[in-house]
Amino acid sequence: MATTTMTGASTRTTPRRRITKPLAVVGVLALWFVAWTLLRGQDMLELPRATLTELHHWLNDVNDSVGASRNSNPLFLYFFNEIRAVMDALVTFVQGLIAQPAYGRPVPVLGWLGVVALVSYVSWVFANWRVALLAAGGFILFGLQGLWQESMDTLALTLVAVFVSLLFGIPLGILAGVSDRFHRLITPVLDLMQTMPTFVYLAPLTLVFLIGPASATIATLIYAMPPAIRITAHGIRSVPAPPVEATDSFGATRRQRLTKALLPLSKRTIVLGVNQTIMAALAMVTVAALIDAPGLGKTVIKALQTTDVGTAFNAGVAIVVMAIVLDRVTTAASVRAEQGGGEVDPRIRRLLLAGFGLVAAVCSYLSYTYLWASEFPEGGQLGEYLSQGATTVTTWAQHHLADLTSAVKDGVTIALLNPLEALLAESPWWLMGAVIVLLAALVGNLRAAAVAAVCVGLLVGSGLWNASMVTLAMTLVATLLVVTLGVVVGVWMGRSNRADRVIRPVLDAGQTMPAFVYLIPVVALFSVSRFSAIVAGVVYAAPVAIKIVADGVRAIPESTVEAATAAGSNTWQTITKVQLPMARQSLLLATNQGLIYVLSMVVIGGLVGAGALGYEVVAGFSQGQLYGKGLAAGAAIVVLGIMLDRIARAAGQRSDRASTAAQS
Amino acid sequence: MSADTAVEPRGQVNEAQTPVISVRNLWKVFGPNAERVPGSAELAGLSRRELRERARCTAAVREVSFDVAPGEVFVVMGLSGSGKSTLVRCLTRLIEPTAGEVVFEGEDILRADKRRLRELRRRKFSMVFQHFGLLPYRTVVDNVGYGLEIRGAGRAERIRRANEVIDLVGLDGYENAYPDQLSGGMQQRVGLARALAGDPDVLFFDEPFSALDPLIRRDMQNEVIRLHRQVGKTMVFITHDLSEALKLGDRILLMRDGNVVQAGTGDELVGAPADDYVRDFVQDVPRADVLTLRWIMRPSRDSDQLDGPELGPGMIVRDAVRTVLAADRPVRVVENGELLGVVGHEEVLDIVAGNQAGA
Repeated sequence: MATTTMTGASTRTTPRRRITKPLAVVGVLALWFVAWTLLRGQDMLELPRATLTELHHWLNDVNDSVGASRNSNPLFLYFFNEIRAVMDALVTFVQGLIAQPAYGRPVPVLGWLGVVALVSYVSWVFANWRVALLAAGGFILFGLQGLWQESMDTLALTLVAVFVSLLFGIPLGILAGVSDRFHRLITPVLDLMQTMPTFVYLAPLTLVFLIGPASATIATLIYAMPPAIRITAHGIRSVPAPPVEATDSFGATRRQRLTKALLPLSKRTIVLGVNQTIMAALAMVTVAALIDAPGLGKTVIKALQTTDVGTAFNAGVAIVVMAIVLDRVTTAASVRAEQGGGEVDPRIRRLLLAGFGLVAAVCSYLSYTYLWASEFPEGGQLGEYLSQGATTVTTWAQHHLADLTSAVKDGVTIALLNPLEALLAESPWWLMGAVIVLLAALVGNLRAAAVAAVCVGLLVGSGLWNASMVTLAMTLVATLLVVTLGVVVGVWMGRSNRADRVIRPVLDAGQTMPAFVYLIPVVALFSVSRFSAIVAGVVYAAPVAIKIVADGVRAIPESTVEAATAAGSNTWQTITKVQLPMARQSLLLATNQGLIYVLSMVVIGGLVGAGALGYEVVAGFSQGQLYGKGLAAGAAIVVLGIMLDRIARAAGQRSDRASTAAQS
Repeated sequence: MSADTAVEPRGQVNEAQTPVISVRNLWKVFGPNAERVPGSAELAGLSRRELRERARCTAAVREVSFDVAPGEVFVVMGLSGSGKSTLVRCLTRLIEPTAGEVVFEGEDILRADKRRLRELRRRKFSMVFQHFGLLPYRTVVDNVGYGLEIRGAGRAERIRRANEVIDLVGLDGYENAYPDQLSGGMQQRVGLARALAGDPDVLFFDEPFSALDPLIRRDMQNEVIRLHRQVGKTMVFITHDLSEALKLGDRILLMRDGNVVQAGTGDELVGAPADDYVRDFVQDVPRADVLTLRWIMRPSRDSDQLDGPELGPGMIVRDAVRTVLAADRPVRVVENGELLGVVGHEEVLDIVAGNQAGA
């Protein structure tokens, strides 16, 4: 019903705009195409890989002078270097405990037996025995894979990042939950951090903190802290009013109100925030291998750089297992936080706590003292089997599925990617810039057009205009695929409970995985190419988009769909005339989120043949003379992100206003 | 509704006693620059709608004054949006009033500093809430002892006192249950016990039974009556349900749009409505159950034979019906040996039948 009044009213009251806007867009596109055929290849602002602009030289100089003043500039001496030193000490300490030889010992303080025992014990205390078994099994698996030390390095960095994130994130979150003013202050900051393509700020961080474990941990905690703050604040803010009011009515002080009502009532949400923080930290720690973080991520990157799919797969499995263990344990802990410990007699539980605690302590002591309990026994052939198996499967796939995969790959590349890339990158820059600004004004508003104009200017100024347009083409193709997937699968899930039950856990699991591991099967199937990078982006972004669309379709009142059915609509009509229009907000959100997620993968895509901006960023990490160019490329990705985000949002608001205006 | 609970004041209400709570010209205005509204003759006179348009403010409580006598059940009644819940929260400053006075035992609560206010809330007042406000992760004992815990009482004392009031409200056997294992009525018993545990001087009830089923609501009303007889606390009771107000209230304050429309005993509201709104409000009340002979008697006429039965003016009409109808001459209404008036068949039938016709 709402849709009919909407379209009915809008055609009545604003017939002109409805007709002229699409026409204008088509007109702009047509003019662009004509101009492109005439001017193709002129003013493309191409920049060969090894060539640098003045900006890039200047950035290199900045890097050098920062490096030179690292030990004289007071900002560094008393601030950045201190932070780095503290992080370094923390990381070294935890690494010395579980991962690296330390304190004059040839092995870490705790060996594998101690770590497995402690991890299981902690999981059992805070969650339940089932996840404790899972944790023990998972950690033993790392050893069997021959990846014990790498896993422990990853775990050490994750633990430190999570510790620091929570140390600051939870108090800040509580503050944001209690104080409206602080909440207003911090929300836009968190929003900005969330719309930022996440892997981009690795580059500027290295400028200040150099590369290595400390700066990797700092990058990780920047990424992992926002969810801790946001979810804690959300938990406190969504505590139901009645118990809090009752607490006040008994004359509670502010402190009592917090400790006796707000915190206990939001405990479960806060533990959920801890879960999100841990997952984010793990994802980022693996990616931070790009700036020389030790651990599993480094193994994956090295293997990918030599297209050694087997080794990458083995390490990828370890990452996935670690993600599953951490996720399951913290989720179970949050359930326990809400429901209490179950039916066990507290006295028996105390006994068990002491008993198992003793066992864990003995295991730790053994692993401290004896080599057999410290170093994971050799002869764990599992890693070998896994990488050989993966290599075999890959080889088989490359031989036997080549027809299929290359058909898909060539299909998308030739039909979508090449034409779009040619159109975007081979237009003269001034033509392309004008088209972007005009389209921003037409589908969005004047402000979006202004932002777009500034962004175009910045991209040209970065010296990477051409690479930006190639990246933009890939991003648009990937986003198109993401939205298509989102609509098809999302509508299916929205309409069918069974589909939802089956697919949703897969998506949830996909979202908790570090983005990195997606690259491995993609490379196995499609080898290193632009298309692989696109697929990686799609795989990364699709779960979010699908879930948003599915939730949007599910949120439509049943009575509306029922009314449509009663009016004799067939399935197709119900979808196109009722469900999709009513889920329009979700579709826009899915598009926007899809774009941002795809952009975040651009850097990672640079590892598997994306070229363009992603490549420049990755190259900047590894080659000193390309540092400035990499930094500029990172900035260009951010600028692209802001531009696309603003245009998409303005378009969303515009269609929103149009529909509310029509409804009132 | 049974006649004995309907009107007879249960507390020893004495008009001459100093009131426990005395509210004077209380205002609560929500919105920007709310504090200028009560002082301004121009703004204070505006209707709710005009005030919103002129000053973007909403006056939830306007110039309300009343006294609550010790030991009395004082009911504030009104439909939703009438300001009654805001009013009761202003009394303990859970909502900060905009202007006026709330005098409790000679002290203006609005002038109390934070520490003093906390002390009052901890020792003197307690409140029962519509949605119970229980803490789901605490057992019944710990919920009931919550106020004592806030006050800083030791664990042993808390448990001892909590068990006492748990018995008092009939929850024994459920001490270690969690709130979500209890029915709504039982949860509100926990709320009641929690309010009683601190042995406050005044109990505030904010629509405590609105969320309950009708049968359970009746049980809980009777429970409040029983507890009131047993512990004799002063109670301020908020409700939107007229029959609940008539059943529980020694006196009733009727609110509309933040204003006091009428204040008085139940039979005053029904017998002498202050305006059409009140008349409308009490229209469906079975008048014979509420009104006393005082309201229906007429002056004796010369033709009356004044040797009929004698009844007091405070007697409920329903209880007098049989006597009046059985007598073949008018019943005399006598107080302290003085003849106030007479009641005949006609007056009684008017009330009984007129009411039925109206219903």
